[in-house]
Amino acid sequence: MLALLSDQPLLAALSALLGLGAIFGALLGFAAIRFRVEGNPISDQINAILPQTQCGQCGYPGCRPYSEAIADGDAINKCPPGGEETIQALADLLDVEPQPLDAEHGIEKEPVVAWIREDECIGCTKCIQACPVDAILGAAKVMHTVIADECTGCDLCIEPCPVDCIDLIPRKEGIGFWHWPLPEDRAPRFDIIATDTLARDAA
Amino acid sequence: MRQIHDIHGGIHPPERKALSRPGELEPAPLPPVLVLPLRQHLGVPALPIVNVGDRVLGGQTIAEAQGVMSVPVHAPTSGTVTAIEARSIAHASGLQDQCIVIETDGQHEWLSFTGITEWRALDAAALVEHVRAAGVAGMGGAGFPTAVKLNPGPTRPIETLLVNGTECEPYITADDTLMQCQADELIEGAQILAHIVSAESILIGIEDNKPDAIASVEAAIARSGAEIELATFPTKYPSGGEKQIIEILTGHQVPSGGIPADIGLVCVNPGTAVAAKRAIIDGVPLTHRIVTLTGEALASPQNVTACLGTPITALLTHAGLNAAPQQRIIHGGPMMGFAVSDLNAPITKITNCLLAPTPTELPLPEPAKPCIRCGHCAEACPASLLPQQLYWYARAKDQEQLAEHRLFDCIECGACAYVCPSQIPLVQYYRAAKGQIRDSEQEKRRSDNSRERFEARQVRLETEAAEREAKRAARKAAAQSKAAEDGADPIQAAIERAKARKAEQASEPEQTP
Ligand code: SF4
Ligand code: SF4
Ligand code: SF4
Ligand code: SF4
Repeated sequence: MLALLSDQPLLAALSALLGLGAIFGALLGFAAIRFRVEGNPISDQINAILPQTQCGQCGYPGCRPYSEAIADGDAINKCPPGGEETIQALADLLDVEPQPLDAEHGIEKEPVVAWIREDECIGCTKCIQACPVDAILGAAKVMHTVIADECTGCDLCIEPCPVDCIDLIPRKEGIGFWHWPLPEDRAPRFDIIATDTLARDAA
Repeated sequence: MRQIHDIHGGIHPPERKALSRPGELEPAPLPPVLVLPLRQHLGVPALPIVNVGDRVLGGQTIAEAQGVMSVPVHAPTSGTVTAIEARSIAHASGLQDQCIVIETDGQHEWLSFTGITEWRALDAAALVEHVRAAGVAGMGGAGFPTAVKLNPGPTRPIETLLVNGTECEPYITADDTLMQCQADELIEGAQILAHIVSAESILIGIEDNKPDAIASVEAAIARSGAEIELATFPTKYPSGGEKQIIEILTGHQVPSGGIPADIGLVCVNPGTAVAAKRAIIDGVPLTHRIVTLTGEALASPQNVTACLGTPITALLTHAGLNAAPQQRIIHGGPMMGFAVSDLNAPITKITNCLLAPTPTELPLPEPAKPCIRCGHCAEACPASLLPQQLYWYARAKDQEQLAEHRLFDCIECGACAYVCPSQIPLVQYYRAAKGQIRDSEQEKRRSDNSRERFEARQVRLETEAAEREAKRAARKAAAQSKAAEDGADPIQAAIERAKARKAEQASEPEQTP
């Protein structure tokens, strides 16, 4: 056999290549089984970008189903709570062109949280059943309250309330949430100091 | 002699410090109304513990700290609480924030305080508690709660307490004045703080453009007999940045994203050291501070000791403001300050300077022109960053590249914007970008939390459904096995029962007439 190979260099090269191919194929096959990733990694990555408001405005019952749909080729511009920033992040991840938000599904709004007017609440528990993230505390016939830190502002509890005692109030109001805007996002610059033409040769 | 190191970049803007006559200090007149914001520091606002209508005494705690990253507020004199509501404050946003409003009565009635002379006998924790209760927050501009700074944790042993007397920003002379007028208190305060953080040495750094402050601190050190090192170094903006002065005096760099304690230093402002001395030795809370009133629009620029909560307009009137139309008033200095939109806003623990420039002194900025990639900004940057790159990435909102180019090492000193020939408001881009990144990080934490809760709920709903299904199956099985025992078909039995009921109902109407 060896003698035959050394006589036929072409055959030797071929069999070496074949052998290597077989070995690496087996290795790859083994690795695929041994290091298998649970679930669909792309849809997981997409889901990590979606805002998790779980509002269903995209037309799917929650962010995960929409992330799976995107992984299967659905458009990336159907999530109003995520808005432009999420679309940009999805476009970067999937290496596609970002598109403007599809207005059919809603427009981007300031984030809100639900607030129950507690003296009007009749304790029907309907909102608890609707809340996708268990952000409402309460039991039958006692007043309910929203845990503001957990509420995503998805709006799903508003409709079921028979006495209309739930409001959506802005989540990011007040000085603690303010930060400087980009200069181009705002009207004339009267308040930037460091950049003033300081009388550089005065004094 | 300590070796002085140079830092990268830096600029030499006109200093204009003599204007406010450093070294002379007068009390400001007591205004009829004090407005005390609940957040005069970095962190969580304090919680009011007085009610509208209460009479308060000087030094009384009127709002308590809420948690560790918070600082209490005290009444600077006696008077009556007339409101607890949102008022204009000195903030770049121009927004309002919760304040306690006190109508002063001019009686100057104070609580009596007992200080601690034997502070060396107390342990750090007890002293830190006094500093916290006295409402001390960093007085250099950021307002970081001092009690938190004094607690670097056991993993960060402290070698040196550094008092940062640089005050490198043009116009401002509040620290200069404090070092001239209160040097003995400064030395005592530094010794207390060094004791608290178990620092072996005390180092005071002063820029060489303040000879009077240097002489006065030198004399105070000699009087105290303590072993304290005084280092002077050449004037350059921004040598007073915490990381910059540390590099100048030690040659070591604070790691990116780290704090001075990581390399064994705690760095405080002279005003903070004096406030700590008063908190411990006199037992007095922080209710006043030194403010520089300066700018050519003032008839008599000066330094004053003012009650916290004094409206800005009261101080400017005191200094003889001759307001031009559209007069700009700047809170802080010309490099890092911001314009105040409402002059009824009060001064706070972080107000070191109020600047009222004439339009020729500090003209309004011209519109920005495109970047010409001259690279001057990178030469000026004391943090060795690439300001021009940061500018492009901030505009593109490219958070990855911003992090890559160490945006968070930017100290917002404004040196880059000062030298930029295109007058681009570079610092505002960085501030905006930092805000956006902090925002997205917070949103990310929120959405991760929502995802977990959503998934936990899905699991719960599924288990509940499975349980119901199991119960139903169990009931069905039980019924079947019972029927098998009785030997009758349960369905047949049910049908017969229903038939019987129907027949009964059908016969009923006949009975009623
Ligand atoms: S639209 Fe609502 S449910 Fe759909 S992905 Fe966006 S946040 Fe999630
Ligand atoms: S409380 Fe209402 S708005 Fe908030 S997450 Fe629950 S259902 Fe949505
Ligand atoms: S100094 Fe201004 S113009 Fe020059 S490179 Fe920097 S940003 Fe561009
Ligand atoms: S503002 Fe930031 S980028 Fe500009 S010079 Fe100062 S540290 Fe450097």
